[in-house]
Amino acid sequence: MWKYTEKVMDHFLNPRNVGEIEDADAVAEVGNITCGDALKIYLKLDAEGKIAEAKFKTFGCASAIASSSALTELVKGKTLEEASKITNKDIVALLGELPEEKMHCSVMGMEALQAAISDYKKKHGENYNIVESDDDHEGRIVCKCFGVTDTKIRKVALENNLHTVAQVTDYTKAGGACGRCLDEIQEILDGIWREQAGAQSASGEGSSKADEFAKLTVVQKVIKVNEVIEKEIRPALERDGGSIELADIEGNIVKVRLKGRCAACHNAGLTLRKLVEAKLREFVSENLTVQEA
Amino acid sequence: MGEEEKVIYFDNNATTAVAPEVFEAMTPFLTKLYGNPSSIHHFGGQVMAHVETARERLAALLGAAPTEVIFTSCGTESDNAAIRSAMLTCPQRDKLVISKVEHPAVLNLAKDLERRGYRVSMIPVDGKGKLDMERARELIDNQTAVVSVMWANNETGNIYPIHELADLAHRNGALFHTDAVQAVGKVPMNLAESQIDFLSLSGHKLHAPKGVGALYVRRGVRFRPFVIGGHQESNRRAGTENVASVVGLGKAAELARLNIEKENIQVRAMRDKLEQGILKTIPEVRVNGDAEHRLPNTANISFEYIEGESILMLLDMFGICASSGSACTTGSLEPSHVLRAMGIPYTAAHGAIRFSLSRYNTMDEVDFVLEKLPPVIARLREISPYWNQK
Repeated sequence: MWKYTEKVMDHFLNPRNVGEIEDADAVAEVGNITCGDALKIYLKLDAEGKIAEAKFKTFGCASAIASSSALTELVKGKTLEEASKITNKDIVALLGELPEEKMHCSVMGMEALQAAISDYKKKHGENYNIVESDDDHEGRIVCKCFGVTDTKIRKVALENNLHTVAQVTDYTKAGGACGRCLDEIQEILDGIWREQAGAQSASGEGSSKADEFAKLTVVQKVIKVNEVIEKEIRPALERDGGSIELADIEGNIVKVRLKGRCAACHNAGLTLRKLVEAKLREFVSENLTVQEA
Repeated sequence: MGEEEKVIYFDNNATTAVAPEVFEAMTPFLTKLYGNPSSIHHFGGQVMAHVETARERLAALLGAAPTEVIFTSCGTESDNAAIRSAMLTCPQRDKLVISKVEHPAVLNLAKDLERRGYRVSMIPVDGKGKLDMERARELIDNQTAVVSVMWANNETGNIYPIHELADLAHRNGALFHTDAVQAVGKVPMNLAESQIDFLSLSGHKLHAPKGVGALYVRRGVRFRPFVIGGHQESNRRAGTENVASVVGLGKAAELARLNIEKENIQVRAMRDKLEQGILKTIPEVRVNGDAEHRLPNTANISFEYIEGESILMLLDMFGICASSGSACTTGSLEPSHVLRAMGIPYTAAHGAIRFSLSRYNTMDEVDFVLEKLPPVIARLREISPYWNQK
């Protein structure tokens, strides 16, 4: 059961501005039926260039319908330039609150609005001077299931101060299906916040072992990690009838396969943390994380 | 929502009401008869007799011997205990075969075992959710330690050919487990004459309380306990007995055994009326599942071009409780793995609603739902961008 505010329920049960505008000045559709939600928005401007009418049709859950309704209320009376500054946070603010897992509904609202403004610009030529912001057409697709680009992930993460992959999934859906892009999302997040931190403090202390490791080529990294596995880790596991094998290294993530008795052991997770990760951090780099491949 | 408000409960595959007779049978063990059945004194020891009566009643429903029944805390624990035991007692075999439409209790356990080095193969299903038996015959081999296929599916109500699968498993020297959480109490069973080695069930799906389940382990099948500790349940499941709930499960099993035929006829009539009524009054709907081999209480219906959570929330305004295979209801972003395995198009999967009935429902309630549902669907389709385009 979702905890929806009264405002969300009100906009869901009595959605404002449902419908279509036949002679709309701008139309945009985002999302699709495969993804589970979609929003089509229509805008009509008055003589002064302000949004006189906004209508929508939405396929989706209660919060998607409420977000769409809230969006149409927000844009009315604004110029396109003013409207282009509306973000998903404004939609959430009008609704009071949305469950974290439903934040992508508010992001969908923002995207639809931006796409509609782009549509207006395309139709009305260059004399309309606002920033192009159809993010989905730029950048590289990271999440193939929901078609989310790195540009969108960066933008939404910065805008909403997102630090975990789970948050990114809540806000953009990226990584919410097959999960193959989760590592990549983590890397994007690491990148953003490293840049941010770097911008704030020009020179950190840095740990020499970690820096050294970062400079190695992939093959050198594999050799280094394997050395430690052979010397420090495998003997301990073999005493318990288990074994280990290096599967991959991506950045600071070391992926291993536990074998033999270790593979069936209930404490495999603990072994990874307490033994494998601890040893690799001690002998290779403090920044390493160990995962099961 | 206040407790006094009208509730039309069509979500009995999620959980069921505790039967009044069950509640009554349980109360002494929550009040004056609080002793520990393992105690040496009479005050505690007398309780053991009631636990054993419950075991006999449940065994009678299953067509099993009482010694073959182990009480657990839930269906998921039973699934874990059975499958883990099977893998541990057959160390020379490293393969687990399940279906693609298993409950997460089995599906996620299988994924976990896979991460630990076991091999997992999944039997696919067709558009109606029927198992691909030809593929099953290929997948079940002499490396298979255990085959685990549910007796009935929680979402579609589909009933699976588990006797055939059990036979297939045995001919390859593998064990057979079935998650029968949705089937027990609805499908007549006689385990003594079956080849099933393990069967999991859950109390709260058959009008007993939550927090109690059971595992059937065929006599002679090697078993390694999942919960380790004391000697309870003949050393097969440690932990002080959940006496009141066990007694409740025993009573619920007795009620199910006595009423199963009558109930199935009565519940099926309601379900069929609901389903036919929906098909007649609402356009662009489809029934998901295998109409010929299906639990009598379950109807899974897709309302195309709209999304399930919205439907459920509008029904909730009338006190109507149902479930959805839609992504949005669970916070997951994809529609149910069962509907996806069946290849149901996304236009229909997102708008799939499961109605699941019980003996406590009435024809009046079916009429009420048939009255309230069409305007709800029409209203959401009015908002949907896909409805007009169609």
